Amino acid sequence: MDTSKGNGHGASSDGEIRVGVYVCHCGTNIAATVDVAEVVRFAEGLPNVAVAKDYQFMCSEPGQELIQQDITEHKLNRVVVAACSPLMHEPTFRRACAEAGLNPFLFQMANIREQCSWVTTDKPRATEKAKHIVRAAVSRVALHAELQVREVPVNERVLIIGGGIAGIEAALQIADAGKPVILVEREPSIGGRMATFDKTFPTLDCAACILTPKMVSAGQHRNIDIRSYAEVASVSGHVGQFQVSIRRNRRYVDDKKCNGCGLCYQECPAIVSPKSRKVSIEGQPYFVGSYAEGGEARKVTIRQGDRERRKPIKDTPTGDCIFCGKCATACSEVVGAHAIVLRRDESAEAGKQRSLEFNGNCIGCGACVRECPTGALTVTDAQDRQVLHHEMMLGPNKAIRVPTLQAVPNVPFIDEETCIHFRNGGCGHCAEVCPQEAISYDMEEAIEEVEVGSILVATGFDTIDLAPMVQYGWGRYDNVISGLEFEILCHASGSTGGKILKADGTPPKSVAILHCIGSRDEHYHEHCSRVCCMYSLKFAHLVREKVECDVYEFYIDIRAGGKGYEEFYKRLMREDVTFIRGKAAEVTNWPMSPEEEGKLVVKAEDTLLGQIRRAPVDMVILSPALQAREGAQTLAQTLGIGCGGEGFFLERHPKLAPVQTAADGVYVAGACQSPKDIPDSVAQGAAAAANILSLIDKGMFSIEPVVAVIDETLCGGCRTCINMCPYSALSADEERNVAVCESALCKGCGTCVATCPAGAIQQQGYTDAQIRAELEGALGRLAASSAE
Amino acid sequence: MSASADFEPTIIGFLCRWCSYTGADLAGTSRVKYPPNMIPLKVMCSGRVDPSLVLKALADGADGVLILGCHPGDCHYHEGNHKTMRRVPMLKSVLQQYGIDPARVRLEWVSASEGDRFAEVVHDFTEEIRALGPQKRVESVA
Repeated sequence: MDTSKGNGHGASSDGEIRVGVYVCHCGTNIAATVDVAEVVRFAEGLPNVAVAKDYQFMCSEPGQELIQQDITEHKLNRVVVAACSPLMHEPTFRRACAEAGLNPFLFQMANIREQCSWVTTDKPRATEKAKHIVRAAVSRVALHAELQVREVPVNERVLIIGGGIAGIEAALQIADAGKPVILVEREPSIGGRMATFDKTFPTLDCAACILTPKMVSAGQHRNIDIRSYAEVASVSGHVGQFQVSIRRNRRYVDDKKCNGCGLCYQECPAIVSPKSRKVSIEGQPYFVGSYAEGGEARKVTIRQGDRERRKPIKDTPTGDCIFCGKCATACSEVVGAHAIVLRRDESAEAGKQRSLEFNGNCIGCGACVRECPTGALTVTDAQDRQVLHHEMMLGPNKAIRVPTLQAVPNVPFIDEETCIHFRNGGCGHCAEVCPQEAISYDMEEAIEEVEVGSILVATGFDTIDLAPMVQYGWGRYDNVISGLEFEILCHASGSTGGKILKADGTPPKSVAILHCIGSRDEHYHEHCSRVCCMYSLKFAHLVREKVECDVYEFYIDIRAGGKGYEEFYKRLMREDVTFIRGKAAEVTNWPMSPEEEGKLVVKAEDTLLGQIRRAPVDMVILSPALQAREGAQTLAQTLGIGCGGEGFFLERHPKLAPVQTAADGVYVAGACQSPKDIPDSVAQGAAAAANILSLIDKGMFSIEPVVAVIDETLCGGCRTCINMCPYSALSADEERNVAVCESALCKGCGTCVATCPAGAIQQQGYTDAQIRAELEGALGRLAASSAE
Repeated sequence: MSASADFEPTIIGFLCRWCSYTGADLAGTSRVKYPPNMIPLKVMCSGRVDPSLVLKALADGADGVLILGCHPGDCHYHEGNHKTMRRVPMLKSVLQQYGIDPARVRLEWVSASEGDRFAEVVHDFTEEIRALGPQKRVESVA
């Protein structure tokens, strides 16, 4: 640490320390509470202080020029600014010093705003505290030494975690600028939540129509590499040079060979809904092959028809078994379960010679259902519901499938839980029919290592689990569904073709939409989830348009702050939707009057009428709170960023730096930072892209040189420090019996410094001597105390 | 050793730059008020806090020392706060041998978003030290 070489004026060539102290008023932010003039007078009397001044706004141009002039005029070689937090303006003043020829690390900031004037009402005591803080800074800065920033090159490749609308927007902006992007998405396709919506508010644009062009652009862009069905396993390194491990899950389909023809899922015999279960045996008068593991059973039932009046095939009404035996063939030869056997008894009377035998080997795959020509075999769930609101899919409901027919990449994956081959070793049909030979049941997980210069987190949101809220009946009553489930129900690619139907397959005659379920609620989430008022209005519109039935909105407030949102609200009021101002307290199926029989009753206090109301409806849609994704905390720890109180990723500054994080080179965009709608998610994605492109354009990043430095004359070779370093920056030099620090790896935590029993390691910028001087200044122990 | 209500304790706080210093700034931007008895010192990580620095603070006139770091698992440097977690109990037993009440040193976790908690911690610790009274001054510690 050679302090004799100066950058220019005032470097300590003659050993005399000359400190300039500048106390900022910050308008009234500091001056209204701290007596700035008194602090200046106090500073003038401190040792080594050559000049002490105050100014309204030190961070302004004249403020900075004041410092720069004094550096020249008064030959200052140390500067203290007593103002806001160093986290706010330390870079500003360091730059000002550097431009005046003073090494920027010969500067110390004294925080007398965020940690003094803003948190104290007692003016004299605030002023005393400010004086202590200034004296600490003056005492410390005298021991500062010239340091040089470390510049690291920035790799132009960018990692984007999350392929929803925010991630896609950022990827396109960055890729269009000519920089390479690797886009990692956990689901088999990009598109995120927006791909599950039917329409978007307030324009009622078809979500797929505006999203799929972007998805396709991203999929085809030469600068974007999509890794779908993959997750980020680990991250190391620092801004400019991150080493990332990506874990690619077992898709069982080779995306380099697959051409998206779709033959595999057309041919797949296993009909599924998302939650298949294992087999169990249940005897029934009609054959019931069911599979269930805790929870709901799925039945495959066969209606045997009236055997006395068995008719030839062409006249058989749909739904009667004609004993053709195709189901038995499928079950034995394709599935290999042998759960159905066709028996022929020639000695029986005519019309009763064929019979079907069923045993408990059924695995509930649905292959027999697919083969049955008359529809005698059906798959329903244990309660005979036809529309399974909680398990709807947007793509083919087969074990090998794409999540939607617009998937990007258009490559299927095999769902091991429902695939016949993975369940009992049979079938294997898809691999046989695939013309590209892209399917392999032996595929392993793969780890890919990449190096990137910057990372964007755009992982989106989850909704609150509604099951514990028993008062609303989700998961207990039929026809109580969540907002995301209703989106899929309305989706044209859903199993109802976009028709709004109850679980029994009939349309509802009345629908209630309940706002704020889990939001604005001290028992769950205090925050407002921002999008629910608007999508609830959108739902009301869709119901009125598709079903023309009564719609009731139970709300606390209608939050319609965006562009065109209030107008949309007005429109809904004209569409004959009934708005009841009162958060719903309960949904029950206990009738208290004849018109409530067979209905779901929503109970709420109508605060405008001042009465408790009971509204009997056929369907209830809950607007669940948006919350941080499960696994967000783990991802935050992997990346070295923080989460706020509600679990969303923490931005560097909510107003001025909403897409940066505390970790340089790591950015955040979209609903993973806080609940927001599509326009805001797109805006943040673009903002993050701009930040990233600016970083790449500079090409170099300056890292604070607060690294550990070892004085080998003091090091005794005890090796206590070696294992303390989380970055393995310390190693033992066997020959010389000392510890050695690789400063490129050192991140500057200082843990080794505190560990060393000999005091041989110091941290640049945070040496023991500097901190001890700061303590002495704070506590007034030195000769400085004579200034009191 | 008076526990007089007029006694204003002097407290030194070691705040880690990533979590607790940011949390303290948040308390400031939120204008949460807390007693002005604590003078904050910024370190990069609570792991930097050498016990000898704590001893010096107590020797030089601090009545209490607060060490604030990130919650375990959230340390910006992965494990710095784990080291602090191990050092502080050892330090406290040394303090006892010096005849200093170990309650005068407190280790707490405050995250960057916990402005209110920061103020609460400072307030509670200030009152506890006020009740303990002024620290006996030790003339020299190395």
